Amino acid sequence: MKFEKKDILGIKDLSIDEINLILETAESFLEISTRKIKKVPTLRGKTIINLFYEASTRTRTSFEIAGKRLSADTINISASTSSVVKGETLIDTARTLEAMNPDVIVIRHSASGAPHILASLVKQSIINAGDGAHEHPTQALLDMMTIKERKGKISGLKVAIIGDIEHSRVARSNIYGLSKMGAHVVLAGPATMLPRDIEQMGTKVFSRIEDALVDADVVMMLRIQLERQKQNIFPSLREYSQHYCLNRSNIKLAKKDVIVMHPGPINRGVEISPDIADDPSCSVILDQVNKGVAVRMALLYLLTGGSE
Amino acid sequence: MKLLLTGARIIDPAQNIDSRMDIFLEDGKIAKIGTDISKSLKSKSSEKITKIIDLTGMIIVPGLIDMHTHLREPGFEYKETIASGVAAAVAGGFTSIACMPNSNPVNDNRSTTEFIRRKAAQAALANVYPIGAISKDSAGVKLTEFWDLKEAGIVALSDDGKPVMDAALMRRAMEYGFSLQLPVISHCEDTNLSGGGLMNEGYYSTILGLSGIPGIAEEAMVARDILIAEFTKTSIHIAHVSTAGSVHLIRDAKKRGLKVTAETAPHYFTLTDESLQSYDTNFKVNPPLRSEQDLKAIKEGLADSTIDVIACDHAPHGRTDKEVEFEYAANGISGLETSLALSLNLILDKTLNWPELIAKMSTNPARILNLPKGTLEAGADADITVIDPLLQWTVDLQTFRSRGKNSPFNGRRMQGKAVLTIVGGEIKYDGR
Repeated sequence: MKFEKKDILGIKDLSIDEINLILETAESFLEISTRKIKKVPTLRGKTIINLFYEASTRTRTSFEIAGKRLSADTINISASTSSVVKGETLIDTARTLEAMNPDVIVIRHSASGAPHILASLVKQSIINAGDGAHEHPTQALLDMMTIKERKGKISGLKVAIIGDIEHSRVARSNIYGLSKMGAHVVLAGPATMLPRDIEQMGTKVFSRIEDALVDADVVMMLRIQLERQKQNIFPSLREYSQHYCLNRSNIKLAKKDVIVMHPGPINRGVEISPDIADDPSCSVILDQVNKGVAVRMALLYLLTGGSE
Repeated sequence: MKLLLTGARIIDPAQNIDSRMDIFLEDGKIAKIGTDISKSLKSKSSEKITKIIDLTGMIIVPGLIDMHTHLREPGFEYKETIASGVAAAVAGGFTSIACMPNSNPVNDNRSTTEFIRRKAAQAALANVYPIGAISKDSAGVKLTEFWDLKEAGIVALSDDGKPVMDAALMRRAMEYGFSLQLPVISHCEDTNLSGGGLMNEGYYSTILGLSGIPGIAEEAMVARDILIAEFTKTSIHIAHVSTAGSVHLIRDAKKRGLKVTAETAPHYFTLTDESLQSYDTNFKVNPPLRSEQDLKAIKEGLADSTIDVIACDHAPHGRTDKEVEFEYAANGISGLETSLALSLNLILDKTLNWPELIAKMSTNPARILNLPKGTLEAGADADITVIDPLLQWTVDLQTFRSRGKNSPFNGRRMQGKAVLTIVGGEIKYDGR
């Protein structure tokens, strides 16, 4: 199968076949990261720009490593050092970068839809590395890859996503991706963190974590943004952690072989208790990070014509 | 200039006229309207008639009035000037427009009102009726000098764009304004409920990850203003109604005999929030495009006269205001040049008949603003719009007279267009 997409803007736009192709390609790249010399010449002579308008450690590093292991030249631009502070518009930045002929532009932006603007303007491939509360497709792909490896399949699994759904691009991308791949997705969070009509995405929604955890094969905990307290979305961290933290006691409601995921960075003791996060029998959090590099290598490869 | 218009179907809701007649214009007034005036005029005083225009197949209506426009001057001339705004108005078939006070400076004082009227007189295209601010700088704190503003020429009061959050201030404005026969136009939006919102709150805001503006942000203030009007025995005009809930509240208020009037804009009965999936900022408007169910309720409200007026909320912007990320983009649609054609769809889909539509675009806004307009009665100002109801055309932003090229309707196929706009007996736009 040939990969036809110019850009990766969201999981919503990907077909099941495309998701499978990405995951299979990523699996074949996993091994490279275990070699002594972790580099192949596949993308030699290609240029990848990481354009990050929002602070990020793991995603940016992951893209950079993915590019470097494939021998591409990677350039990082972050909002604090770029022309953004001088007031250049995203459109002008896009045209400027386009004129330098990169092959792929990876963008993270706090505004939902920003990668779409870029994609409509420039001829290069765009990868959305997270836009506002909209989508974070590479995170969902690495999550699906992790689940597939641990469980042998995605179809038929019950996946519980817990936390601030309203502000989570990870949740949206995973709802699309996991539902497409046949999983049964349930959500839980305080009523103030559940966006309107979210059930129309085909998910069940609960306001108590316990109801979502019952018989779950996979539990995905979302990071609580501490600054959201100011918007009265929740009264206090104390109360949140008492009722929405995944811990030794409520995890018993899930299946015995449940795996626990978190897109990171984690707030220990807020949404996940430290002993769960560090328990190798259920926590796959570091495994997710590992898969992230492979998934991003796969996307860079496919978008630059690797499947031809 | 003397003009004899013959052969057209004449629709004047104010006189209950809908038939083929001639109309004779003299000295800026409608001199005569009737079936056989072309013959009698020709025999008596043919030398006096300077121009006869055959308008067979066309429809003549009282000059259209848009009671909700933003002309941006003074202060934001790169978006629109009064001259470019009135050029857009006559090209869209509007002989009169009322402009909102949110310029810079805000039209909260006599000098600004006089400036707007002077600029409009210089442009000499459509009539411009300034709307004065309710509060100084539209800051919602201190009332403006209504009396002085009225003497300077304002026809209504509004803090459009900056909802009056202080209910006590709104009460005072409605009481004082009513005593001066100045209608108060309310932009209904509880900013605590809408705060930070970018689009209608619902399924599409959820999947797009854009923060939502709930329908109740509008409805809570509609309900408040209806209650104030009832308690103080005054009137209120609700601007740009966008939700089913507002339609219900206004319908109920009218049933109870309250002096409540309302307008909606063409985009609220044409588009829904589903259109925002492209993140195209031309669809960003406040109040936001709502759901299919709201759109249906707006049409029902138009059909049963709950909604009295169609006004386009013409909100021109420059490219720099729109060519940015969705959340940074300005709200608004440049509407004067598409409003009529979009509204004519209401006739095609049988929501309204011709006289009902023309009442909402001429007779009713004239009545609400107390303007001596909106009729083709003999003696009235010769403000006339001639519509070709079958003309097929395609919206092309590059041909807009407005400086604001921000329209989600670019490229859309339309049927029906104003082809001749006559203001005070003079042809101000001829698109035939």
